[in-house]
Amino acid sequence: MQTDFPLFPDQASSFAFHVDALYFGILALCVFFALIVVILVVIFAIKYQRKSDDEVPRQIAGHLGLEIFWTAIPAVLALGVFVWATVLYFHLITPPPNAMEMYVVGKQWMWKLQHPEGKKEINELHVPLGESVRLTMTSEDVLHSFYIPAFRVKKDVVPGRYTNLWFKATQVGSYHLFCAEFCGTEHSRMIGTVHVLEPQDYEAWLTGGTANEPMEVAGERLFEQYACHTCHKMDGTGRGPSLAGLFGKTVALEGGGTALVDEAYIRESILNPSAKIMAGYKPIMPTFKGQISEEGIIQLIAYIKSLKAPELTSME
Amino acid sequence: MAITEQDVQASEDAPSVNYLNNGYGLKSWLLTKDHKRIAVLYIISISIFFALGGLFASLVRFELMTPEGDLMSSDTYNKVFSMHGIIMVFFFLVPSIPATIGNFLVPIMVGAKDLAFPRVNLLSWYVYVVAGILGTIAVVGGGVDTGWTFYTPYSSTYSNSNVILAAMAAFMAGFSSILTGLNFVVTIHTMRAPGMTWFRLPLFVWSHYATSLIMLLGTPVIAITLVLLMLERGFGFGFFDPNLGGDPVLFQHLFWFYSHPAVYIMILPSMGVMSEMVASVARKRVFGYEFVAFSSVAIAILGFLVWGHHMFVSSQSTYAGMVFSIITFLVAVPSAIKTFNWTATLYKGSIVYDTAMFYVYGYLGLFLVGGLTGLFLSSMGLDIHLHDTYFVVAHFHYIMVGGQVMGYLGGMHFWWPKITGKMFPDIWGRVSALLVFLGFNLTFFPQFILGYMGMPRRYHVYPDEFQVLNVASSMGASILALGYLVPGAYLTWSIFKGPKAPDNPWGAKGLEWETTSPPPTFNFEETPVVTEEAYQYGPIEEH
Repeated sequence: MQTDFPLFPDQASSFAFHVDALYFGILALCVFFALIVVILVVIFAIKYQRKSDDEVPRQIAGHLGLEIFWTAIPAVLALGVFVWATVLYFHLITPPPNAMEMYVVGKQWMWKLQHPEGKKEINELHVPLGESVRLTMTSEDVLHSFYIPAFRVKKDVVPGRYTNLWFKATQVGSYHLFCAEFCGTEHSRMIGTVHVLEPQDYEAWLTGGTANEPMEVAGERLFEQYACHTCHKMDGTGRGPSLAGLFGKTVALEGGGTALVDEAYIRESILNPSAKIMAGYKPIMPTFKGQISEEGIIQLIAYIKSLKAPELTSME
Repeated sequence: MAITEQDVQASEDAPSVNYLNNGYGLKSWLLTKDHKRIAVLYIISISIFFALGGLFASLVRFELMTPEGDLMSSDTYNKVFSMHGIIMVFFFLVPSIPATIGNFLVPIMVGAKDLAFPRVNLLSWYVYVVAGILGTIAVVGGGVDTGWTFYTPYSSTYSNSNVILAAMAAFMAGFSSILTGLNFVVTIHTMRAPGMTWFRLPLFVWSHYATSLIMLLGTPVIAITLVLLMLERGFGFGFFDPNLGGDPVLFQHLFWFYSHPAVYIMILPSMGVMSEMVASVARKRVFGYEFVAFSSVAIAILGFLVWGHHMFVSSQSTYAGMVFSIITFLVAVPSAIKTFNWTATLYKGSIVYDTAMFYVYGYLGLFLVGGLTGLFLSSMGLDIHLHDTYFVVAHFHYIMVGGQVMGYLGGMHFWWPKITGKMFPDIWGRVSALLVFLGFNLTFFPQFILGYMGMPRRYHVYPDEFQVLNVASSMGASILALGYLVPGAYLTWSIFKGPKAPDNPWGAKGLEWETTSPPPTFNFEETPVVTEEAYQYGPIEEH
C-alpha cells in the first residue's frame, strides 16, 4: 500500500480525485502569483541596485489604475475558488439517500464502530467497495475528530450531539483512520484502520466470526428493558406517542413549532424528554440521562428507525 | 541591567543626555515612565519568553525525529507543545512588535514626547510580568496539556493539568495588550505633532492603529471566555460541557472570535515594519500609500468576521460556514494589495543590499507562502481534508514566524542604532537573515506535504511513512535556531563594542531619524513641525 517515502496520499474514495483537483487548481493559482512577485522583486533588485550612497530615485506616488487592477483580479479569482470549493463541500456533506448506515462512538482513546447487522469493531472499520456509507457519530467524553486521509473526509465527533460523515470507497486496501482533534494523553494512539473489501468479501466478513445480534434487535431488547414500550405503545393508545413509522417525519410540537424526527431528536427525547414534546402529549417522561450508554442510544435509534408505520386496515 | 552599565562609557562621548544615560540603577528602570525604556524592558522580557518557547519547540522537534514516542511520555509531549503554543502566542507574538518597537516608535513617529498615558504604559508591562510569572508557575508546577486553544470539555473537565493557572496567565496577558492598544489609539488620535495629518503618518503607525483596535475590541472577549472556562472547571458551572448542559462548540465560537483577530495582531505590526523598511531600502515613497494604510484597517475589520473558518468540520451550520468562507477569501485581497504595493515600491528604486533588504526579501518570500496557503484552508471542500493536519501548522507558522518574527527581527535590526545608539556588523545581519530564511523553509515546508498526506497535528507518535519529512523538518529547526542565536550574540556584542550610531544611518525618512541616536528622554529637543508627506525622499510625481 505504501512506499517507504510517499509524498502524496492514496486516492481511495469517490471524493479524493475532486479534492485533489481543487488542491492542484489552487496550487497553480498560488504558484502563478508567487512567481510574478518573486520574479519582479528579483529583477528590481538586480536592475535598481543602489549605485551611489547619495542616489535618490524618482518618486512615484502611486497609480490608481494599477491599484484597481490588483484589487479586482485577486478578488474575482478568490470568489471563483470560493464557488468551486463550496460546491465541492456540499457534495462532500450530502450522502445519497440509499447509503449504508454505520455508527461511531469515540471515547478516550478508542473508536467503537458498529454495523447495522450488529457486528462491532474497535479501531477497525470494514466497508464494502463501491458502496456509499454514512456514519452517525458521537463522543462519550471530549471532542474527537474522525479522519480518513485516503478518503479526504473528516468530521469532528462531539459529545452531546450527532455528526455525520459519508464516503464511497473506490479502492480495495487498508487505510489510516486518525483522531484529528486533540483529546488528551493518548490522542496520537487513537488511530485505526479502514479496510475496504470487495462486496462479497465484506459479506463473508460480516457473517464470519462471532455472531452479534443486529442493532435493531439489541435496540428492541433495550426498549423493553427500559420499559419504553409501556408508554410508547405501537397502536398509539399509550401515554406517549407511538413510534411506529415516526422516523423521518416532521411532527407538531406542544406549544407550537415543528420538529423533524431524526437521530438527534430521538437522542434529545431520551436524555431531555421535556425539551420538545409532541403536540397532544404531556411532559411525563423521565430522563434517561446517565442510564443508557451512547451505544445503547444508537441501538434504540436503530430500532425506532426499523419500526414501520402500521398497515392501513381500512380505506377511507 | 547590562544596558545601563555600558552607558556610563557611552555618555562620555555622547553630546547630550539621552534616554539611556539620564538615570542609572534598577529603580530608574523599574519606575520609568519613558515609553522607550518600557520598550527596552519589554524587549528583555519577551526575549526570555521567546527563548523558553523556543526551547519547547526544540523538544517537540527532537521527539518527532522518530515515529515512536521515545524521548518523553505522551503526557509530557502534550504539555511541551501546549506550553510552546501558549508562551509563543500570549507572551511573545502578541506583544512582540507592538510592545517593543511599537512602544518605542509610535510616539516618536507622530512627533510626541511620550504615549498619552505613560503610567498606564508602565502598568501594562507590570501586568505582563505578573502574567508571565503566573504562566511560569503553571509550567514549573506541572504544566498544562490542552494546547493553546484550551478546547472544552477537555480543558474544563477532563484535563489533569494546570489549566486554571495557565488560563489566568493568558487572561492577564490580555489586559496588558488592552492597555497598550488603548495607549496607542489615544496617542495617535490626540498627540500628533503640528502638521502631522492622518495621511502623513508613517504606515507603521497605521498598522499599529489597526492592531490597537483589535486589541481593544477583541481581547475582552477572550478574557470573558477564559473566565467562563475557569468557572466551569473550578465550580462546575455548565457552559461548555454537555454533561452539565453546556455546548462544547460554543467555546470554539467565543475562543476564535478573539483568536482569529489575534492572528492579525500577530501579523499587522510586521506589515508596518515592512512598509518602513521597504521605503528605506528602496529610498522611495511607498507605492499607493493610502491603499496600504486602508488595507490595514480593512484587515482589522474583516478579521473580526472570519472566526468560523476554524470550525468548518466542527458541526457548525453549513450556511454560517459559507459566510465565514467567503469573507475569509476577501481578507486575501488587502493582503494582496500590500504585497503588490511593496513590490511596486521597489520598482525604479535605489535598492541597497543591506541587512534590512535581506529581511524585506525574506519576509516577502515567507509571507507569500503563508498568505497564499491560507486560500487552501479557506476553501471549505479542501479544508475538510486539511483541517487539524500539519498543513495548518505549516500555514500559521509561515504567517506568525515567517511574518511576525521575521518582521520583528528585521525591525530590531533596522531600528537597533536608534534604540541602542550602536551599530551592528551588517555582514552578520545579512548572514542571520539568510540562516533564518533557509532554516525556516526547511523546517516548515515539509510540513505542508505531511499535512496533505494526512498527518494530524499534536501527534506524539506517528506512522513510519511520515518520518523522512519529519527528520527534514527537525534538521531545518536546528538551522532556524542558529539563525536566532547568532543575532542574539552580535547584537549583544554591539551594545558593548559596536561603533556609535549616527542619527540616520540608513538615510531614511521619518521623525525617528531626525532626532538623536539614542533619542533624548522627551524624544525631540523641540516639538517637530511636519511639512511633508511620509517617505518624501524627493519631489513626488503623480503617475
